[in-house]
Amino acid sequence: MKARCEMKSVWKIAFVLGFSLLLFVVDKAVSSEQTPDVQTIVNKANIVAYYQGEDGKAKVKMTITSKQGQKRVREFNILRKDVTDGGDQNYFVYFQKPPDVRKMAYMVHKHADPAKDDDRWLYLPALSLVKRIAAGDKRTSFVGSDFLYEDVSGRSLQEDTHELIETTDQLFIVKNVPKQPDTVEFNYYTVSIDRKTYVPMKMEFYDKGDKLYRIIESKKVEKIQDFYTVAQSVVSNLKSGSKTEMEFNDVKYNLGLKDSIFTERYLQRPPREAMR
Amino acid sequence: MIRFRITIALAIIWFATWTAMPLLAAASDENAEAEESFFSKLPIETHGFYEVRGGYRLQDDKYEKDMSIMEGRFQFDLFSYFDWGDVKVKGDVLGDLVTEEGDFDLREANVFTRPTDFMDVKVGRQILTWGTGDLIFINDLFPKDWQSFFIGRDTEYLKAPSDAAKVSLFGDQANLDIAYTPRFDPDRYISGERISYWNSNLGMTARQDAIVHTDEPDDWFSDSEIAARLYKNIDNYELAFYGYSGYWKSPGGQNAAMKAIFPDLNVYGASLRGSVGKGIGNAEIGYYESTEDQSGRNPMINNSEMRYLIGYTCEIAKDFTMGLQYYIEQMLDYDQYKRNLPSRPARDRYRQLTTLRLTKLLMNQNLRCSLFTYYSPTDSDVYMRPNVNYKVSDNMAVEVGSNIFFGNKPNTFFGQFQDNTNIYAGLRYSF
Repeated sequence: MKARCEMKSVWKIAFVLGFSLLLFVVDKAVSSEQTPDVQTIVNKANIVAYYQGEDGKAKVKMTITSKQGQKRVREFNILRKDVTDGGDQNYFVYFQKPPDVRKMAYMVHKHADPAKDDDRWLYLPALSLVKRIAAGDKRTSFVGSDFLYEDVSGRSLQEDTHELIETTDQLFIVKNVPKQPDTVEFNYYTVSIDRKTYVPMKMEFYDKGDKLYRIIESKKVEKIQDFYTVAQSVVSNLKSGSKTEMEFNDVKYNLGLKDSIFTERYLQRPPREAMR
Repeated sequence: MIRFRITIALAIIWFATWTAMPLLAAASDENAEAEESFFSKLPIETHGFYEVRGGYRLQDDKYEKDMSIMEGRFQFDLFSYFDWGDVKVKGDVLGDLVTEEGDFDLREANVFTRPTDFMDVKVGRQILTWGTGDLIFINDLFPKDWQSFFIGRDTEYLKAPSDAAKVSLFGDQANLDIAYTPRFDPDRYISGERISYWNSNLGMTARQDAIVHTDEPDDWFSDSEIAARLYKNIDNYELAFYGYSGYWKSPGGQNAAMKAIFPDLNVYGASLRGSVGKGIGNAEIGYYESTEDQSGRNPMINNSEMRYLIGYTCEIAKDFTMGLQYYIEQMLDYDQYKRNLPSRPARDRYRQLTTLRLTKLLMNQNLRCSLFTYYSPTDSDVYMRPNVNYKVSDNMAVEVGSNIFFGNKPNTFFGQFQDNTNIYAGLRYSF
């Protein structure tokens, strides 16, 4: 038994070494490449952040901590399926906590075209009611947290102009300026994108007086089914003093989710994938 | 609903226990965790809430109590799922100090299964809803609990449960829902028991002195209801057609014995909902065929009607939404109705109703301020439902609200409830 364990460990070490070597090679290859243009960077980062695989699932735990230290917790499962890579997407969110929103389901048909509003539905289980929600301001808090709707489902790349302002050993730093500044509360924001993985590691939002007031950080990144995945992220609101931590567990990609999941039928009774 | 007479004392004990429960539960987090670990071992999800709610009339009503609502409530919600389907049981136990009774209200007890890719089946006691109106119902002929609505219970209680089988079929072209209720489920209508109303026989406002007595269709299978919806989503515009065969859900006539009856009713309708500009628009129509009085000559039976609704909801500022609706009830045999009406105030041929909903979320969406107003220009009456709800924590919520009625005449839809204007407050601990 012991011998077998040792054998296993040896294999593990060999595997890790081999893998690291591979990464090193890839790393070299990447760094020797020429710096891609800013559009390529933001496109890639957008895919990595919101469009990994054909579809995906995660169990999300959100902890909202107010300035006074009061904590509120939301737990929900999220299912996503892409209509087109980098374009339209469907989301299904099934709430488990807190108890007053348990079994509530929220569905979005997201449209990448900024001229077309997203379609949103909400299912209220106590009334057995499927409600259509007006496509509101996307920069509104998502379920009372410091994350905004737009942070969860992604801000359309077409809404901003992008400029690569700095390249470090690890990061591309891109400055994004809104094309329609009246529609948002920020003046601009910067995104620090990992050069290797293209995971956005940090987003910093500056207000109309160019003062930093909001930070979103990727605290933990894991590789799941070959896809780099943010496993933990935190948003800090420097103005209100509150922060929200989002943990992603049981992340899976390419589950083969059916298109029909994103319809009224499943809103009324969610698919098993969303319940578990 | 199962009602059992209990002594006031017992009701008070219940009341007190439930008041204390949330506080106790909140105080001992350790206990809560122990409880959770015990239940989590069972294959059943156990949830629910404790609630206390009290309210008073803002004016004297000689024949009704000053207390409009005073109750302690415990809701349990048990859910379990298996490979073949889901089982759900949800019920409320309440001690009611207004009726001085204890109640058990089984809200849901059903089995749900998805036998094939294109079919869902739900059998048992369940809450059924469809249609596009916001607190206005045309093609949703499932039972409503108007009494709960008017005395200030949570909005979830407006929907009364149905004992039904619902079969849903899903196709490429369209989807079909059929809900069969083997024994008529009427509304929990206003009877005078705790809300005074206009009694047209007496020609005056009636209260506990004239509780509505009804002759209700209540034979299994022969007094059944069937409701169907055929619907399709076309580029996220939701088109639906409806049909219903059953009875007027609240008393819609009288028999020779002067008992209120629920005459036969068929309803045919359609609705459309989808995005319009920055908001959501909806339109719905329904033809109410009062089959026991096709000619409209019988003043003791409701006239046939057309009902029309148009609505629009949009976000007017961050976390601030507004909803507007315009609704018409058109009596189809109005001349006959007028000709045969004994000397009592007549209804309008077209009853018009407008609604306005304003909802504002504040304090990280933990504070919700809302106001829903019905205003009828033809009846000259108003019903306002202001409500403020604050989530103290993830488990605890407090709310205050009011039901305000006023009108120029004592016999109009909302005007008749003038003496029932009330204010209420509630505390709920959910788990």
